[in-house]
Amino acid sequence: MRTELNRGLAEMLKGGVIMDVVNAEQARIAEAAGACAVMALERVPSDIRRDGGVARMSDPELIIEIKQAVTIPVMAKVRIGHFVEAQILEALRIDFIDESEVLTMADDQFHIDKHKFEIPFVCGARNLGEALRRIGEGAVMIRTKGEAGTGNVVEAVRHMRTMLAEMRRVQLAPDEELMTLAKEFGAPIHLLQEVKRLGKLPVVNFAAGGLATPADAALMMQLGCDGVFVGSGIFKSSNPARRAAAIVEATTHYADKERLAHISRGLGTAMAGLEIARLETTFAERGQ
Amino acid sequence: MIVGVLSLQGAFREHLRAVQRLGHEAREVKSEKDLRGLQALILPGGESTAMGKIIERNELREPLRDFAANKPTMGTCAGAILLAKDIIGETKNYLGVLDIAIERNAYGSQLDSFVGQGTVGRLHDFPLVFIRAPLIRSVSASVEVIAKLGEDIIGVRSNNLWACTFHPEMTADTRLHALFLQHA
Repeated sequence: MRTELNRGLAEMLKGGVIMDVVNAEQARIAEAAGACAVMALERVPSDIRRDGGVARMSDPELIIEIKQAVTIPVMAKVRIGHFVEAQILEALRIDFIDESEVLTMADDQFHIDKHKFEIPFVCGARNLGEALRRIGEGAVMIRTKGEAGTGNVVEAVRHMRTMLAEMRRVQLAPDEELMTLAKEFGAPIHLLQEVKRLGKLPVVNFAAGGLATPADAALMMQLGCDGVFVGSGIFKSSNPARRAAAIVEATTHYADKERLAHISRGLGTAMAGLEIARLETTFAERGQ
Repeated sequence: MIVGVLSLQGAFREHLRAVQRLGHEAREVKSEKDLRGLQALILPGGESTAMGKIIERNELREPLRDFAANKPTMGTCAGAILLAKDIIGETKNYLGVLDIAIERNAYGSQLDSFVGQGTVGRLHDFPLVFIRAPLIRSVSASVEVIAKLGEDIIGVRSNNLWACTFHPEMTADTRLHALFLQHA
């Protein structure tokens, strides 16, 4: 029953934009722009990338302050495998936990057993196997990992296309081949059977990691994502309120090129981007 | 019958599917022109503040208000907030056509979301899914209460307008959709 309710909340977020915010003021700007949820964190991914060091769960004080500032759902990140950080966030009664590769890993072998929690979890994935392993562990929502903090959408596109191609393989495979595919993907067979039956993931699938413009959001939606996360892309741009609203509009009207042309005009400078090949650390490789 | 579902954000696909399962034509409503030719409209669950902002920026408030003033319109969860005249603790409303006072997130955070079962109008054993649900605190004399859970008002009807704080679209039970469309 908890799983149904938690999958249900993820369904309610569809077609929406989830924005990273680092304080109550940013949370209010995000809500006013039409965000469907906010991700409360101490530093946006591009700052985590710049500062280096160990990135951990945010201070509960900050999370509470953000929770009090808005009525939309509040999410926060825990380190991969750090089930005590998750226990703390559950005790804070926020709405959703992101077990995130953007933070430093706490466990380099195992993810959190998310079935043990009442609170819903979202996890990142680069391919179908990762997505189904996370769902098998109890995640009720998946997002592409992309490459957070880069302002470069190429990795999110790669991850979404990989998942789509692998789902097509599953759909075309006769039933007797599914067990071998399960072995190849390292994913539970019952979830592969569900993907074959549904033609999509059994949970909501958002885009994340490197989205910086309305066009990026619409691109991910046209590729088949259910909604988008925007991290550094909003508050590292020259006009966050305007850009945030434009990305919300683009996520709703993602298939309407005339509107997208209108929405994309005069937004000021987008965040400076990074080339993936020049990165010292790729977050997406954390936690497989 | 041609039924529109406001498709700006939220669980609109589930409503489209429910309408189709009942043998009607379902259309996404993203702009004013999409309202043309509709016989009924559904405002889905999702985030009401997000939907509200998109309604405002797309100049949809007046067209939606005109539609809901005359034609069968049902709001579920966030959709009920969009219809309400009074949102408790706030000075503004969205469409303001349904004379109820409603409170956002009245039960708390996601950890307080729950499922139940109850009677909605003449539908018995109806599955009730509440996700960060609002609560209807009071209704005017012209509004009929069609569902309660304990003391909580969870479903109302006022002439052509229907609203509930739960999510009929999140279950396989299409009886409430059918009842609404029978009256449409």
